[in-house]
Amino acid sequence: MNLVDELLQDAPATPEAKLTGKDFQSDQDVRWCPGCGDYSILAQVQRVMPELNIPRHRMAFISGIGCSSRFPYYMDTYGFHSIHGRAPALATGLKIARPDLMVWVATGDGDGLSIGGNHLIHACRRNIDIKILLFNNQIYGLTKGQYSPTSEFGKVTKSTPVGSIDHPFNPLLVALGAEASFVARTLDRDPKHLQQVVRRAAAHRGTSFMEIYQNCNVFNDGAFFTYTEKESKEENVVFVEHGKPMIFGKGKDKGIRLEGFTPTVVSLSDGKYSAADLIVHDEKDTMLSFILARMSNLPDLPRPVGVIYAVDRPIYEAELTRQIESSVGKKGEGKLEELLNSGDTWSIN
Amino acid sequence: MSKTLKTLEDVTIRFAGDSGDGMQLTGTQFTNTTALFGNDLSTLPDYPAEIRAPAGTLFGVSGFQIHFGSSEINTPGDACDVLVAMNPAALKVNLGGLRDGGIIIANSDGFTEKNLKLAGYEKNPLEDDSLQKYQVHAVAITTLTQNALQDLGLSNKLIDRSKNFFALGIMYWMFTRPIDLTVKWIGQKFGKTPEIAEANTRVLKAGYAFGETTEIFVSRFEVQPAELVSGKYRSITGNEAAAWGMIAASVKSRLSLFLGSYPITPASDILHELSKHKNFGVRTFQAEDEIAGITSAIGASYGGALALTTTSGPGMALKSEAMGLAVMTELPLVIIDVQRGGPSTGLPTKTEQADLLQAVSGRNSEAPIPVIAASTPADCFQTAFEASRIALKYMTPVIMLTDGYLANGSEPWLIPDASSLPDISPTFRTDPEGFHPYNRDDKTLARPWAIPGTPGLEHRIGGLEKQHISGNVSYDPANHEFMVRTRQAKIDGIAADLPPAEVEGDPKGELLVVGWGGTYGAIRVAVARRREAGKSVSHLHLKYLNPFQENLGEILYSFKQVLVPELNLGQLSRLLRAKYLIPALSLNKIQGLPFHADEIEKKIDELLP
Ligand code: SF4
Repeated sequence: MNLVDELLQDAPATPEAKLTGKDFQSDQDVRWCPGCGDYSILAQVQRVMPELNIPRHRMAFISGIGCSSRFPYYMDTYGFHSIHGRAPALATGLKIARPDLMVWVATGDGDGLSIGGNHLIHACRRNIDIKILLFNNQIYGLTKGQYSPTSEFGKVTKSTPVGSIDHPFNPLLVALGAEASFVARTLDRDPKHLQQVVRRAAAHRGTSFMEIYQNCNVFNDGAFFTYTEKESKEENVVFVEHGKPMIFGKGKDKGIRLEGFTPTVVSLSDGKYSAADLIVHDEKDTMLSFILARMSNLPDLPRPVGVIYAVDRPIYEAELTRQIESSVGKKGEGKLEELLNSGDTWSIN
Repeated sequence: MSKTLKTLEDVTIRFAGDSGDGMQLTGTQFTNTTALFGNDLSTLPDYPAEIRAPAGTLFGVSGFQIHFGSSEINTPGDACDVLVAMNPAALKVNLGGLRDGGIIIANSDGFTEKNLKLAGYEKNPLEDDSLQKYQVHAVAITTLTQNALQDLGLSNKLIDRSKNFFALGIMYWMFTRPIDLTVKWIGQKFGKTPEIAEANTRVLKAGYAFGETTEIFVSRFEVQPAELVSGKYRSITGNEAAAWGMIAASVKSRLSLFLGSYPITPASDILHELSKHKNFGVRTFQAEDEIAGITSAIGASYGGALALTTTSGPGMALKSEAMGLAVMTELPLVIIDVQRGGPSTGLPTKTEQADLLQAVSGRNSEAPIPVIAASTPADCFQTAFEASRIALKYMTPVIMLTDGYLANGSEPWLIPDASSLPDISPTFRTDPEGFHPYNRDDKTLARPWAIPGTPGLEHRIGGLEKQHISGNVSYDPANHEFMVRTRQAKIDGIAADLPPAEVEGDPKGELLVVGWGGTYGAIRVAVARRREAGKSVSHLHLKYLNPFQENLGEILYSFKQVLVPELNLGQLSRLLRAKYLIPALSLNKIQGLPFHADEIEKKIDELLP
């Protein structure tokens, strides 16, 4: 038995006492700007953690660089604030070496989709069982206000004084295109929904990708207010739920219907259409997931928020463990003496 | 016709042909048979970067050189005694390396008009007198191969692929080697395609029989087994030895081995080898890029694995930021850099030693990392083990340098006794009482290794500067200087834990030749020969390049002159000059090829007329 297994033998696999959100707060002062959306994300994650029945010592939060990447310092779990963009790769190594741990990644639109885009897509593709919280604020906060890969075309920032000419990424489409097995979107200013999505991601086995609309009140204030504020939210967001028709609007009076492959808004109040005519969300439907994700870019359509896609498929580290076990089963546990003396050898006396 | 049998002390043979001619395979088979026969040997595979370079071209020539003998062999040989050339290009490229009077065995069927033209020959050199100073044997290898396989009904393409076994058969005959090992190997390798196994075996035997019966060869040679230290041997390449050294370190540290790596020539064979040994619990991860290779390894190390990443020069450059992270977070990690010709993509399949300064200081800011180098293919085993020992004991990344020549070259290896390897198991911190992530061990200055999964030790680390002891983020100026100095002191302190450097030859005198890495064999031979010629010259070969061993200064000051042969523009010499303030002289070769012993001898003679 190796040293890690020996250590784990004596470590409880479930919390010894009932934990609360407070137990997940570290002793470090939280240093985001007052009013930043990150506070809410931290609070909701801390609130959900005790429900998971996993002790703090079995959790690790890994991050890269950026405002969002300060996240691990504030969680009283194991944490690693690594280098720009590399959190998914570091988390991958940790999870492969230690499948017993629950591994979270905190990243942002710059960290995860620009400098670290390669690692993010390959983590999704491999289906490593890590939970990725991508804080999307459509701006570079820590470097003080340059446009990011999710900033809208034409965006005026410090580095684009006459407007950005970069076409933005849609994070959901990136994750889906990278074969993520769990893809969701949620909002910093909707604590309940945020908690629900975090809960679902925690329960999912495989890479869980969460795009969280996060307000950077210093450099990009109100970027998502259309979708997060009371006045406009209901008309502009459709909360998707598995098995339910896609209804939205102030009086729940609108729905999304598929005309061919094109989602279209229809009225439910003029007697022409009823709930039966609408798209019924199916988290396991690959085609639908792309259509929903694409809705974010089409004018006149509400933004889909919720779990867009969730399917089970083989998990990288579980498959690797299986290969190791089968190799041990076939060849027996490796013996150094035997390895050194294997194959063609000769003796000189 | 009776043939004479001559006994030789050592022989150098070079097999050369198109990159699709199977020369590497032929050379490897000859090597394995020769090793099993009991000769000491050293090999030099030399192949183009293109997988299947256009047939017949000069740049598509693939070569494999083996030097074997009945006494100690340290290098793949300076000049060849025998050149097997499958086509005109192979002859042209390698003729300069053949000694006067050497033997050429040429496949005359390969000397077609087209191939002659591709190689730039106006006339067929086998038919004019341009090769007069050599013993030329033109053999119609392709035709003879076809004849041997006539009744098998194989396609011409398949038949053509067997012809290297004919050449191998001739060489087995010429150097009185048994063919059974290769026959057995063919059976295993081509077990699924019995007709190809049959064809290759037949052609091998036909080549052997041809040597026996033809009138063109009048003599054959024998090279008696070498008097090596008694014990059990195997043949091993540097990449295999490095992989096995890491497995040994995993066993002896009681940690599972994790490799994060991106395929790169000439390091990929370490990834290939380790991925075969899953029953040792080895977890290999082929990452999406070089950066993910090292960062995944850092993640695994954080989780308590013996972590390894492998690469070559361009990959080292990409990994440098993450190396800094490993320095800052003080996590154990082994980084193997199999050096190749550079800069940039450079010469992917050729050897060089030009990453030394990159290894020692190629990172932003003050980021000290121990650097050690292997000196022979088999030495990669011990060096990988030592790199792991230092990494685990001092909680630090360690860079191990090998090179293309060591990685692909092979030599007989006296198999070590597994039980004689020391225990290098670390102690994980488990006690929460008084735990601080950067509270160091008084002696080693290593911080505690507290892995996720340990109750009560939850803590955060990262790339931002750390407060001494608590490990919290700190921007305090005095603390930063203290931490920079402490990280340096920790690495410098490793010197006290190293065996003293040992001089081969007199401990003082006129000239000390200082080398490191894969130049070991060539320097050893050159110095030994000049000593026999009465010169006051000694050899010091450094394994530890950062920090240097404590007695190094004393040794350097005991010689009037210091010469540093390197396959670069003078990198170790620069480090020695800077640290010891001595006028170290450089001998440089930057051709993608190892030193020949006589090149070093010449320089020694120049300095000691
Ligand atoms: S800069 Fe923006 S994202 Fe960063 S902490 Fe401040 S408000 Fe939050």
